[in-house]
Amino acid sequence: MEKGSFEVKIGLAEMLKGGVIMDVTTAEQAKIAEDAGAVAVMALERIPADIRSEGGIARMSTPKMIKDIQNIVSIPVMAKCRIGHFAEAQILESLDVDFLDESEVLTPADDANHINKHAFKVPFVCGCRDLGEALRRIGEGAALIRTKGEAGSGNIVEAVRHMRKVQNEMKVLTILDEEELMAKSKELGAPFSLVKQVAKLGKLPVPNFAAGGIATPADASLMMQLGAESIFVGSGIYKSEDPPNRARAIVAAVTYFDNPEKLAEVSYDLRKAMKGLDIAEIPEEQRLQERGW
Amino acid sequence: MPTVGILTLQGAYDKHAQVLRKRNVDTQSVRYRGDLLNCDALIIPGGESTTMSKLMDHIGIRDEILTFAQTNPVMGTCAGMILMANRGGDSRIKPLGLLDITIVRNAYGRQVDSFVEEIEVKTKVGVEVIKGVFIRAPKIKSIGENVEVLAELYNEPIFVRQGLHMATSFHPELSNSCAIHDLLISMIWEPVLAE
Repeated sequence: MEKGSFEVKIGLAEMLKGGVIMDVTTAEQAKIAEDAGAVAVMALERIPADIRSEGGIARMSTPKMIKDIQNIVSIPVMAKCRIGHFAEAQILESLDVDFLDESEVLTPADDANHINKHAFKVPFVCGCRDLGEALRRIGEGAALIRTKGEAGSGNIVEAVRHMRKVQNEMKVLTILDEEELMAKSKELGAPFSLVKQVAKLGKLPVPNFAAGGIATPADASLMMQLGAESIFVGSGIYKSEDPPNRARAIVAAVTYFDNPEKLAEVSYDLRKAMKGLDIAEIPEEQRLQERGW
Repeated sequence: MPTVGILTLQGAYDKHAQVLRKRNVDTQSVRYRGDLLNCDALIIPGGESTTMSKLMDHIGIRDEILTFAQTNPVMGTCAGMILMANRGGDSRIKPLGLLDITIVRNAYGRQVDSFVEEIEVKTKVGVEVIKGVFIRAPKIKSIGENVEVLAELYNEPIFVRQGLHMATSFHPELSNSCAIHDLLISMIWEPVLAE
């Protein structure tokens, strides 16, 4: 019996496709997320919008909170660890977390190195802004990639930029001659073997999800139409006026992402979305997407 | 050429479509009422059973699946098997009750216990050894007397059939074998079996 292989890591990512993964900070929120139809919950101490406004060091969630959430929901429970903080990752793995997010939303622990994710049995998801970053993380063992977007902003523009960039760079690879791939690999700063694989497949070798700024059913639809296979939502739900209804609407929006009438129908009774931030209002040094490389 | 519908609410629906394309079978995404009209069989894929159960009621497709299942083959994999069972003991899920089996969800453990193992399955052509991929898999705790066991792992059933319906606790769509999909396709041509 082989456990923790790359195959079963990607297998779980495959099962999460066409779904919504919701940030939760308490067991009660986890229950709301499951009742709304989330495919998984992401346990974290504070949602990104609060991390941004309160400041301080953002660390992994406490073991107690994770156990409380695992006890109340049957869907997969994910948790975040700091970039490069493999000790946090080891602890979260020992708690039987189903997926680990080595996340720029938390304060980085290592400014040069990401975690060697091959060393773990638990699968990892990592954020990216472009193809090179995605392939570096896959090279380190990530089984799932998501856009970074700008977490806690309620503004979709960065997630769109990142998804378009990844898709565009993959398209370019598919039309290059084999002789050109090594130079491209150098330019992207990405492993040559993975560059060759993407050039052949026309897509990432792992599922590709969207995160960072999704606040409405329309945002979810936009990201799915741009090529995302699932959606992460955090502040967008809990900073809105009616989290349970919005959560349900975003779940339906991911299934019916290509049907405008259905999207209008699920959006009809929603109260106000989160206020959100213009990216220009966020000083560059406070932009979460700049963390990691 | 037959058309196999794939319930496309959430989960690994694409992987099933890829296997069926290898067999030159037409596929139909099933997301709306009426989508089953032109289908000859239905696959309920893996994913999250709680999510799929809620979406099935949200679009009101449950009664159409039940009517379709009276005369057509239906296969469920992993979460799909949970949805096809008649007993699960979990109030979060409203199963379809197409198979006389009792399910325990995530019975092999959480994701760190997900595994790959070679398994022997009874197919059209005899017993074949294929790769079984088990992801947070459910277990079949008990089966009714009309349920046939087509594969076991550690003396527990992992692949069962009852009349026109069958289900696996593993993911044949993530395997390198088409054996189980071939069995489903062959069932389209079989005469309707009285339950």
